[in-house]
Amino acid sequence: MADHSPAIKHQTIIQPSKGWFSLQLGALWQYRELLYFLVWRDIKVRYKQTALGVTWVILQPVVSMVVFTFLFGNLLGVPSGDVPYPIFSFAALLPWNYFATSINKSSTSLVMNTNLVTKVYFPRMVIPISSVLSGLVDFGFGFLVLVGLMFYFRIPPSWTILFLPAFLFLAMLTALGFGFWLSALNVRYRDINYLVPYLIQIWMYLTPVIYSVTLIPEQFRFLLALNPMTAVVGGFRWALLGPYLADAQAPGNILFFSILISILVLVSGAVFFRRTERTFADVI
Amino acid sequence: MSNISIQVENLSKMYNIGLAQQRHDTLRDQLVDLVSAPFKNRGKNGEESAFWALRDVSFEVMQGEVLGIIGRNGAGKSTLLKLLSRITEPTSGRAVINGRVGSLLEVGTGFHPELTGRENVFLNGAILGMHRSEINNKFDEIVAFAEIDKFLDTPVKRYSSGMYVRLAFAVAAHLEPEILLVDEVLAVGDIEFQKKCLGKMDDVAKLGRTVLFVSHNMNAIQRLCSQTIFIDKGELVEIGPTRDVVSGYISSNFYSTAPGEWIDLQDAVRVGTGEAYFDSLSYESDSEKIGFKPYSNGPVKFSLRIESDAPRSVSSVAVTIFDQYGTKLVNADSVSLGKSVELSKGSNQFTFEIDRLHLNPGVYIVGLWMAKTSGNVLDQIYSAIRIDVVDLEENEFGMRIDGAVTCDFQLITR
Repeated sequence: MADHSPAIKHQTIIQPSKGWFSLQLGALWQYRELLYFLVWRDIKVRYKQTALGVTWVILQPVVSMVVFTFLFGNLLGVPSGDVPYPIFSFAALLPWNYFATSINKSSTSLVMNTNLVTKVYFPRMVIPISSVLSGLVDFGFGFLVLVGLMFYFRIPPSWTILFLPAFLFLAMLTALGFGFWLSALNVRYRDINYLVPYLIQIWMYLTPVIYSVTLIPEQFRFLLALNPMTAVVGGFRWALLGPYLADAQAPGNILFFSILISILVLVSGAVFFRRTERTFADVI
Repeated sequence: MSNISIQVENLSKMYNIGLAQQRHDTLRDQLVDLVSAPFKNRGKNGEESAFWALRDVSFEVMQGEVLGIIGRNGAGKSTLLKLLSRITEPTSGRAVINGRVGSLLEVGTGFHPELTGRENVFLNGAILGMHRSEINNKFDEIVAFAEIDKFLDTPVKRYSSGMYVRLAFAVAAHLEPEILLVDEVLAVGDIEFQKKCLGKMDDVAKLGRTVLFVSHNMNAIQRLCSQTIFIDKGELVEIGPTRDVVSGYISSNFYSTAPGEWIDLQDAVRVGTGEAYFDSLSYESDSEKIGFKPYSNGPVKFSLRIESDAPRSVSSVAVTIFDQYGTKLVNADSVSLGKSVELSKGSNQFTFEIDRLHLNPGVYIVGLWMAKTSGNVLDQIYSAIRIDVVDLEENEFGMRIDGAVTCDFQLITR
């Protein structure tokens, strides 16, 4: 670590930045301990002074699952392939909830940490990144519920489950990309606070969470590919339930486009974030 | 030239105050503006609405030097520290900094009320740029300095304000960067703790670190800083040995106020909890012929109006007088009278009657101070007003007497 050895002279040049500049990935690495502490703080604080603690994290997706099962599975009879509707929807709710929470938290993260932004220097990207990372703990608890459900419904996992982390990673990258955009925009436009809940709600209906991709006529499926979460949700279903879903397919082309779009959002978000970062302390 | 620690060249920071009038806080505003903007003469207004928080400031700080930064509120002192700590970017100019920078613009940045004292030490340390191993090594020292060991595992929201501040400062005080930027953080806690903090700052300076220190406390500036810069309206007015700069600042920046009138203190630079505060002040002597100005060896009265949010007992109310270099000369503190001062809710008025003002003619600064029994400062104004002490009668030789303090003496010839 360069910081520990006094022999290396630290020189900082402060001047107005012009045009394009680096994403400062090196500086991010230097501040990884701060990132760790911010994630740790988020997690600690979340469960302090709540009577039910971790139960909340489990309760939320479970209640959604029950409601969706009743409404869409039983009343409307949405087809869920060859697996029971509860597990069909839960396999999708798990990544979706992670994504929704991450977007929600990261979009407000800079504004919530105004005191840090205006009083201390560090690469600001640390803040939205920590929001996206801290959501992983909730995901972990949700995953335990899923394991329980798979036991209950006697659905042993197949080899496809090995791909699960990759789809989770895709969800993270997507959330981070949108997190960069929304948090930086939120510094200047508090509209984002009002926009995000709607965005998430509508987005969920546009993503095959409570229904299957097969419900969409073939000729319109390419539209779904524009939504990176289609691949994530589809991927989760395939990885967890693949062998039991007759019509479940590894999200081939859709996956390719989704990754492309995710990366596009991530890179553009990071660039936008870096370009507006210098004014954060002035306008927040 | 490796021993230059900070080199600042023409550093400037402009804020667009036009933005403040027509804030684009919502997208709708921005869209509306976008449509109407072409019809406004934006170019012309551009210059007028520009506000230079800092303009063409240049100076150098040598390694190991403790540099004081003084100036009125809004002069640009904090902006300068923000630029040097990279919180915000300059509009033009540049600064080169050799060494790791730690900045203390506020005590307890990032403290979370729900977390315990122990947890906050680690969090705050990380935010200030300390490594986990560093915090681990200094943990016991930090806790000892803060004197909160019993409450280490209590959420800080249950701390008294004094404990909170002590813990926050303790973390900050153990930050060991090569360059430390400090913004008026010593002005916290009770008087004992303030002394401790000043002592810690002294140590830091002695270890050969470079320190930039913003304060309104001229006493502290004098004590800690060898060189001082004086900033006014974003521009560097003076740089030089602390004594000269401080006296220049004091004589140029405090209007002498007329005796016998109530002087409003609402805009004064102050610290403290504000549960009770000094609202206004007046002073006068007994001599009409010199317009009731205070004079050497004469009586003087300071009347204070204090606003309190509740009935409370205050252990200490004091009027302090500093010379033009910021040295405290007189401290008329109710504590020395041995009884507490009772405040009722709302407005209270007290008068300090000083029988003999042992000060030679000259310019002095009056400060005010009020603290609870616990020692926590309710309100403190380092420099409330400037007073001119005069001679009641010109002495025979028309000579000014040197030295600040008078004494009673006789000359006996044998």
